[in-house]
Amino acid sequence: MSDQTTEPRTAGATNNPLGALQDPTPDKPPRSQWLEVWDQLRKHKGALWGGFVLAFITLGVLIGPLIWQVDAQKLDIRSKDMRPIYVALWDSSAKTGWHRPLGTDNLGRDILANIIAGGRASMAVGWAAMLLTIFLGTFIGVTAGYFRRLDGVLMRLTDLFLSLPLLPLLLVAVTLFRQPLVSRFGPEGGMFILIVTIIGITSWMQTARIVRGEVLALKEREFVLAARSIGTQDGAIIRRHLLPNVISPIMVSATLGLAAAIITESALSFLGVGFPSDFPTWGKLLADAVPRMEKYPERVLLPGLMISLTVLSVNYLGDGLRDALDPRIRGR
Amino acid sequence: MLTFTIRRTILAIPTLLFISLAIFLLLQLAPGDPMAQVPLTVPAEVKQQMREALGLGAPWYVQYWKWLVQMFWIEPKVAIDALFGTSLYQDELRVISWQTRSPVMDIVMQRIPQTLWVVGVAYVVAIIIALPIGIYSAYRQYSMFDNAGTFFSMIGFSIPPYFTGPLLIVIFAVNMPQDSFWWFPSTYDTTHKVVDWDSFGVQVRQMFLPVMVLALQITAQLNRFMRSSVLDNLNQDYVRTARAKGLPERVVLLLHVLRNSMIPVVTVIALQIPNIFGGAIITEVIFKVNGIGQLLITALFANDLPMVMTLTFIFAALIVIFNIIADVLYGLLDPRIRYE
Amino acid sequence: MNLKSALLGAAAAVALAPAAFAERGSDGQVSIVYWQAPSILNPFLSGGTKDVESASMIIEPLARYNEKGELVPWLVDEIPTVDNGGVSADLTSITWKITPGILWSDGSAFTSADVKFTYDYCTDPEGGCAQVTKFEGVTSVETPDDLTVVVTFGAPQPNPYGPFVGGESPILQAAQFADCMGAAASTCTEENFGPIGTGPFVVTEFRPNDVITMAANENYRDPAKPAFATVLFKGGGSAEDSGRAVMQTGEFDYGWNLQLAPDVIAEMAEGGKGTPIAGFGPLVERLMLNQTNPSPDLAEGVRATVAEPHPFLREPAVYKAMSMAIDRPLLVEVGYGQAGKVTCNWVPAPEAFNSTTMDCSTQDIAGANAMLDEAGFTDTDGDGVREVNGVPMRVLYQTSTNAVRQDFQALIKEWWSQIGIETELRNINASVFFGGDAGSPDTFQKFYADVQMYANTFNGTDPQSYLGNGLCDKAPRPDSQWQGENISRFCMPEFDAMHAELTKTAGIEARAAIATQLNDMFVQNGGMIPLVHRGRLSAHATSLGGVKLNVWDSELWNVADWYRID
Repeated sequence: MSDQTTEPRTAGATNNPLGALQDPTPDKPPRSQWLEVWDQLRKHKGALWGGFVLAFITLGVLIGPLIWQVDAQKLDIRSKDMRPIYVALWDSSAKTGWHRPLGTDNLGRDILANIIAGGRASMAVGWAAMLLTIFLGTFIGVTAGYFRRLDGVLMRLTDLFLSLPLLPLLLVAVTLFRQPLVSRFGPEGGMFILIVTIIGITSWMQTARIVRGEVLALKEREFVLAARSIGTQDGAIIRRHLLPNVISPIMVSATLGLAAAIITESALSFLGVGFPSDFPTWGKLLADAVPRMEKYPERVLLPGLMISLTVLSVNYLGDGLRDALDPRIRGR
Repeated sequence: MLTFTIRRTILAIPTLLFISLAIFLLLQLAPGDPMAQVPLTVPAEVKQQMREALGLGAPWYVQYWKWLVQMFWIEPKVAIDALFGTSLYQDELRVISWQTRSPVMDIVMQRIPQTLWVVGVAYVVAIIIALPIGIYSAYRQYSMFDNAGTFFSMIGFSIPPYFTGPLLIVIFAVNMPQDSFWWFPSTYDTTHKVVDWDSFGVQVRQMFLPVMVLALQITAQLNRFMRSSVLDNLNQDYVRTARAKGLPERVVLLLHVLRNSMIPVVTVIALQIPNIFGGAIITEVIFKVNGIGQLLITALFANDLPMVMTLTFIFAALIVIFNIIADVLYGLLDPRIRYE
Repeated sequence: MNLKSALLGAAAAVALAPAAFAERGSDGQVSIVYWQAPSILNPFLSGGTKDVESASMIIEPLARYNEKGELVPWLVDEIPTVDNGGVSADLTSITWKITPGILWSDGSAFTSADVKFTYDYCTDPEGGCAQVTKFEGVTSVETPDDLTVVVTFGAPQPNPYGPFVGGESPILQAAQFADCMGAAASTCTEENFGPIGTGPFVVTEFRPNDVITMAANENYRDPAKPAFATVLFKGGGSAEDSGRAVMQTGEFDYGWNLQLAPDVIAEMAEGGKGTPIAGFGPLVERLMLNQTNPSPDLAEGVRATVAEPHPFLREPAVYKAMSMAIDRPLLVEVGYGQAGKVTCNWVPAPEAFNSTTMDCSTQDIAGANAMLDEAGFTDTDGDGVREVNGVPMRVLYQTSTNAVRQDFQALIKEWWSQIGIETELRNINASVFFGGDAGSPDTFQKFYADVQMYANTFNGTDPQSYLGNGLCDKAPRPDSQWQGENISRFCMPEFDAMHAELTKTAGIEARAAIATQLNDMFVQNGGMIPLVHRGRLSAHATSLGGVKLNVWDSELWNVADWYRID
């Protein structure tokens, strides 16, 4: 069995959204490589659609508040429980209005404004926690798989983190760090850092285990042995030969990790250890609406749809990126 | 291989001790009080007396040592007595839950059946569904089948169980006529005993909704890993070689590719097995399955430290054990992996 | 009409007749769901409502409160009073006469020795008894004969109905619990999980935090009761799931304490399988105003203690304006519906103790603004927030995590913003918030916030010790490990003096007069802002008869009278 991946591939970090996953110190990427990746990515319809939807959602939550200038927290108890405008199509007696296109909740807060505001929080938490997870998981997984001496220690550390119960851990973190963080970054910023860190450090283990498993198998392969035999340094072997080959399970972990982070955040708000109650997130909007889902299905469906759409588009984009980054597929 | 397994098993003991200490310290640091659920009408002095009666006054290392002795010396004696009918146990103090004032292990044993029934079955169902779908999706990448599979598994993964649970209850327990075949109970009756086919039918019906909620999530996750792993291997040279040799596609796929793509999937499954015992907190609570997951969450909210400690420790032990099993399986699945 | 439906009609007609015709065990099984699962059936070791109420089906007190809050004899012939000679003229002893012929469920006789044993059991200093306050002031319990119990107090007790009264103070069987005294209490798993009682049901199986199965007590004193042969008492889930299971799917007959928004309850009730019922005790959802300064800039040890008074919450104009800005009827409508009433009082029930001095049923934002302007607390730097002596009126408003409380927070934040007060919201997990952990900054006793919201109540019908929560020396302090009931650190010598008078006064009218004055004094001087008088809302299946929701005692107090209607 010969090996074709001895041709070193470069993986840059600067303008790549998944830079944190990859080589932190790239050696002069030849530009043509990236053009090739882009060409491959363009051929991938799913990836294009995924990228488009993701860009749309991201832009929507970023510049949405400039276009839809309704305060998400503004209570208007007289126009509570309004239905979305489309309900008027089949139920003309429903309480609808163009000034509240997606209706209002049980306290009269505008749902569209809440979805936008919630999206900012959820996307920020999701991305930040996912990047942290992937970074930690890949780093520990590769180190453990490659350096046998560290394997035992790191894997026992993984076991330790896997068995730590999330809830007490959070309560400890809130007790110890909330006050200093909140006084430095404000109530929302402080909780954001706390939540992202907690989600990050409690969810890297699966990625680490998978990456380590792959690296264990890869490092006995001929191309790694060949690289070593010509005196390649460990760092270079990891960067050039191992990381590119474990990119695909990392991509899957990343897409699942984004969804998991958004959902974990909502579970935390649900349990009362998350953001302040006047700080909406998609997960929390969804959780709050569950008791009323029969009467007002849109209140669960809209945030649920947003989470699913985000996750789906990240997933397709991830699929495309993986194909584009894999030289064995690229150019076929 | 054998020495590796033995060495790992021996190493597991100090690891577990260290983990137990870490969990213990974490729980000690965490704010909370076993008296939090006692009504506000009970005055503080009385709560203080109750705390002291629970042994909370002692310093942490004394409490930790007591727990170690109870867990590793007294509980095994009880277990051996129960298995072999001996009488090693001499009425020493076992690990006692603060909420119920009864031995923690007795409650755990009481909870295992329903957790295995519901969570275990959900895993089996998920594995049976996810693996073939994942393999076929990868084999026919970007076909209609693959796209539909991706779509549904992503939806399944991104919708939290606190939404799917009530949704299924509204559909199958509230809006479905109660005499319909498709009516399923929203509450799991833990006192139900399976004695014949009819009662087995009842058992299947009451498991149906929670198993569906759980299986949806697990299937989504496994399916993604299986698909991506098979995809990776389909592009390997050995596949081309096998095809070039004229081997039928079925053999290429099921013998060559499958074996090699099982490595990450085995990790995921091995990591998930302890979760079966850990239960599924939200789903168990919604359907009142009251298994290990519900036990853990109520103990956490009641700050029942001996219970939380014991459950997390059992959980940690399972994780460590299944990790060893996963490592051994790697070696069996991929002979290139060498452990010295 | 065919024969079958004719028979069914006849059967229905019979069942609609008074339940007294029913036979013991003729109505099959009744299933009850509590979303907090009982963990032990010995209320002396737990004190949790779920445990007290589930145990009340098995073990009973000598007397208890009915749904109107009146004392009714339970295992005794009559309620002892000064008039009938049961209570001594100097109010230092009370004599209970046990009804002859009462049997424990194991067939042995119920005697005064069991009552005395219960006292000894709970007051054992090593036992950690949760109900020990029930026996406060008791110097001895004597048993002159098998059916007489004399409880003696160290000082005159205007309200001697503490020991052995109500669901929190049931009688345990001496024979069963004799070996479970003191430190041994925790080792008696079998006894704690299956107490022998005088109640209508006996435990067949107890699975902690999951389910209790019970069967009718063969030795119950009324031969026709209970109507149900077995009970399935399921615990767990959430209030929402319980509501669905009773009112929508009909899987359960009785669902306890459904703390859900009124529109959610109304929608569930449309399911038609069950009916929500509400009852009102003295439970009040309130805002506590911190009289001390909780600023994180202060050193630990003086932060939130009487050493540092609050910069603006002690100003009458401020707390009055804060109260005026609140639209209480709207809060009731949004949060509690039929299970809530507007109140301005700390003690809204029983009726005699409910003060009528204040009215707060209308919101007055303009009036509140005018009051603040008049007091000179204006917005001097133009940021939309008023200043009091240079300190901006920014408050941290915390409460426990609960959907209705979070809605209240949002509404009140909005109203306060209209009178120039900026509010930061925070919600804390209930097990931390109500936990007494002195090491945690987030407990309600520590009160590291300006305003906090929760509900509190008292047991029985006399508010004396509850009103004592406003005494100066009950304030939580670092040297008391932050224990203490005076959460807002209210301190007023006049209040203390008047409370001392209450402890010496007998006679319901005189006591009520003092108690209402104490109530007014506390509220008008900014100790708290009462919001909603909360009821207990539970639901029962339409086919379950005989339910009388009791908020003064266990909800399951009259389970022996329950029957099946269809």
